[in-house]
Amino acid sequence: MSSKEIYSGNELVVKGAIAAGCRFFAGYPITPSSEVAEGMAKTLPKHGGVFVQMEDEIASIGAIIGASLSGKKVLTATSGPGFSLKQENLGAAMMAEVPLVILNVMRGGPSTGLPTRPAQSDVMQARWGTHGDHPVIVLTPAFPKEIFLSTVEAFNLSERFMTPVILLLDEVIAHAHEPLAVPEPTEYEVVNRKYPEKLDSLEIYKREMGEPPIRPDFFMGLPIHIDSLEHSDYGTPTTHPEVVELHQRRRLAKVEKYKDEIIKVKTYEEEDAEILIFAYGSMARASLDAVRELRKMGIKAGLFQPLTLWPFPEKALEKAAQGKKKILVVEMNWGQMIYEVERVLKDRNIEGLLRMNGYAITPVEIINRVKELTHA
Amino acid sequence: MTEKKPIKTTIPEHEVMKPGHLACQGCGASLAMRYATKAIEGEAMFTLPACCWSVIDGPFPYSSLGLPLLHMAFEAAGATASGIRAALNMLGQKKVKVIAWGGDGGTFDIGFQAISGAAERDEDILYICYDNEAYMNTGIQRSSATPYGAWTTTTPVKHFEKRPKKDMVEIMAAHKIPYVANVSVAYPEDFVKKVQKALSMEGFKFIHAFAPCPSGWKIKPEDTIKIAKLAVQSKIFPLYEVEYGVKYNLTVKVPNPVPVLDYLKLQGRFRHLTEEEINIIQKGTDENWDLLMKKLENK
Repeated sequence: MSSKEIYSGNELVVKGAIAAGCRFFAGYPITPSSEVAEGMAKTLPKHGGVFVQMEDEIASIGAIIGASLSGKKVLTATSGPGFSLKQENLGAAMMAEVPLVILNVMRGGPSTGLPTRPAQSDVMQARWGTHGDHPVIVLTPAFPKEIFLSTVEAFNLSERFMTPVILLLDEVIAHAHEPLAVPEPTEYEVVNRKYPEKLDSLEIYKREMGEPPIRPDFFMGLPIHIDSLEHSDYGTPTTHPEVVELHQRRRLAKVEKYKDEIIKVKTYEEEDAEILIFAYGSMARASLDAVRELRKMGIKAGLFQPLTLWPFPEKALEKAAQGKKKILVVEMNWGQMIYEVERVLKDRNIEGLLRMNGYAITPVEIINRVKELTHA
Repeated sequence: MTEKKPIKTTIPEHEVMKPGHLACQGCGASLAMRYATKAIEGEAMFTLPACCWSVIDGPFPYSSLGLPLLHMAFEAAGATASGIRAALNMLGQKKVKVIAWGGDGGTFDIGFQAISGAAERDEDILYICYDNEAYMNTGIQRSSATPYGAWTTTTPVKHFEKRPKKDMVEIMAAHKIPYVANVSVAYPEDFVKKVQKALSMEGFKFIHAFAPCPSGWKIKPEDTIKIAKLAVQSKIFPLYEVEYGVKYNLTVKVPNPVPVLDYLKLQGRFRHLTEEEINIIQKGTDENWDLLMKKLENK
């Protein structure tokens, strides 16, 4: 067991990425994620990796796509404005089935917005930001250990499903410095992408429904064709409706078919709770503080914390919400995930504590709202 | 008691920029704005990408720039200014000067495409880049304006910047636009004259302003002017202008050049450099100067 040291959330992403085997980082400075680029600039050369500061946000994701297809585990880090610029290439990576990890440390938006202030306003953009129908995996850790492990998990999922994985932090947890004994390698698994046993086929996308491609990287011995155009089993462009539909459905099914294995949630005090709080990222932490205080006051509150935001943990939420009188969604935006909660828990009494003004919602504010709702 | 003689200067006395800005002590970028705005006669407006100046202007009611300002996305200054120009022209406001004002990141890197596009279309815009040689607003990350040898947070000492600075002035001159010039906050008369000249010309003008950053360069705030002067005197930052991509003119002569070491040794960002690395900088500087002298012969 390693001893505890003080790390910021951003520094733990660097630690997690290195632990997961990430050896290439291309990025562009942007508050509040710049410490990840700075950390990777210092750390990667020690591990035989390469750090490149690119000329802009678009170039950063372009570079990691290239490095991933050539066989490396890759990361880029950004915040709202940069996440917007990366959307086209993000879609290209989903289309071509390129494993990569994007960190978005959410700040106040839209546009340049509030560069140094927290928000959780990019959660729907993470799901729907790039055009076209696409599979999405989005992780939202909250506590230091979760940030480290979710970073490793992001790489594992991207390698397993051959698709980009989005890691969402917010400014609060990215910049908060807290003590943590970094998990030992025995505490987590590292997954690497699969390669074909024999290099004898150019049909690199020929897979069953919901299965990711098993293909060589560039220069492994096959002249593979990777395309951002819709493509056939060979990766070559096609407009043939049956082929198009097959691969559109296969890619979407990758996440749908395995969502029970992808989704991770945590619950606190939820079993006998009368009011269940739904919160993620830093808001899960504020909510947990609130829950603990409310319990001391005799108010039966519980917390549902999704570590996986997309695919949305429908089943887990339904189960946790059973018998609850009220659901309170706490998020630092003007209402985004609350729509998903309403979709899943249709007829339930759902309230929101929603705000984006640059200041994090505090445990006291959550306590007061719960008291209001429970008439305590 | 000796009688005080008034200083004779060609710099207009009027101040457009007001006191109370939010820049750090000794900020070259705030001085650059003061000199640039002194050159403006009549109506003008500024468009900014994300950069130090998007903060320096200050929050209401302390806004220091007494002119209309449009702060847009990081990559957009050249494009946004193009749109403003087109609309103003349609409204019969051809005389209003449109000035894009960006740092080196928003100019050399992410905004490069928009600037090159605007220059190629020869939009009637003045683009001024205040160059502090890194992303200072986000905490000193390298840019393609960061010179060889410099420390930044993304070029830490062991892996300091190994590439020379992107030669933005020559790139812009290659667009064959009416006017391109280097200016420095240490040479205000030259600075203001060049902005006045640029504003008197039609078409796309690009001015590259050398603006030291005390916190990013690890220098004393009171050394800003001294260091900017040494950059010129050591031939690292020659003050010259180019008209239509061919007509070169050196506006500040350097009769008694100093070694680059004099410039480098005052700055913490170069502290780690060995003699060998300093020689590389000296050699590169001399080569650039010789090349510039050859271009000057063409006039």
